Amino acid sequence: MGPTKLEPAVALAELQESKPDRVTIVVLSGDFDRVMAAFIIATGAAAMGMQVTMFFTFWGLNVIRREGATSGAKDLLRRMFGFLNKGGAGRLPLSRFHFGGLGTSMMKRVMNQNRMPGIVELRETAQDLGVKFIACTTTMGMMGVRKDTLIEGVDQLAGVSTYLAEARQGSVNLFI
Amino acid sequence: MIRSDVKLDTLGYFCPMPIIMTSKKIKELTLGQVLEVVSDDEGIKKDMPAWCETTGHEMVGLEEETQDTAHIYKAFVKKSK
Repeated sequence: MGPTKLEPAVALAELQESKPDRVTIVVLSGDFDRVMAAFIIATGAAAMGMQVTMFFTFWGLNVIRREGATSGAKDLLRRMFGFLNKGGAGRLPLSRFHFGGLGTSMMKRVMNQNRMPGIVELRETAQDLGVKFIACTTTMGMMGVRKDTLIEGVDQLAGVSTYLAEARQGSVNLFI
Repeated sequence: MIRSDVKLDTLGYFCPMPIIMTSKKIKELTLGQVLEVVSDDEGIKKDMPAWCETTGHEMVGLEEETQDTAHIYKAFVKKSK
C-alpha cells in the first residue's frame, strides 16, 4: 500500500483545472477605505480574467453580514458584542476621519457625486464577476456571527487550510 | 484615426469601472472587432494595455484629445480570443 494522500479542504480537481492566475485576499479589516481597496483589487483582477477568492475574517465579516442583522448568538456576552458590532457593508467606518459618522458620510457624498461605486455596489460587482467569498468559521463563532445572518452568495464557510490551499496556488495574495 | 466597431462610454467613471465595463462589453463583440473605450480617467493609459496583456486581447492604439478643459482618452482594443 502506498502512502496515504492527505486531501486538502478544497477539492483538488477544482484547483488543478484552474489555469488562470489566482488571487486571494484576506479581508480582516472592516474599515470602509481598506475594504474599498480590497474590492477594487478583487473586481479589477476578476475583470482581467483572474480567479479571485476573498476570505472574510474578524471585522471583515461585517462586509458580508446582512444590513442590520442581529447577531443571533445565544449567550449574553456575544449578543452584546453583536449589538455593538453591527454588520452590513453600508455602515463601515473610515479608518481615519470617521468623526462619529460625519467624515464617512462626507466621503460617501463625494464618491457619489463622482459616480464612484460604494462598498455595496463593489461587492455586488465582485459577485457578478465570479469572485468567491469565504467566511472564516473561527471568527464567526468568536463574534457570534451566525450563518443565516450573512448575505446571499457566500460560497463557503471555512478555515485556515482552505485559505492556504488556495493561497499556495495564488500569484497574488493580499492581507488587508 | 483608428476605426472601431463598437463604442463604450466610460466617461466619469473611475478605476476599476472602465476595466470592468470593458471586460463585460468585449464579450458582446465577435473575433477581430475593435472596441473603442472612451474614458477621462488618465489611469486608462497604463491600465488598458495591462488589461490587454493579461487577457490576451490586442491593444490597437490610444488617442488623446482635449474637449474644453477635459482630457479624453480613447483606447482601442481588438477582440483577439
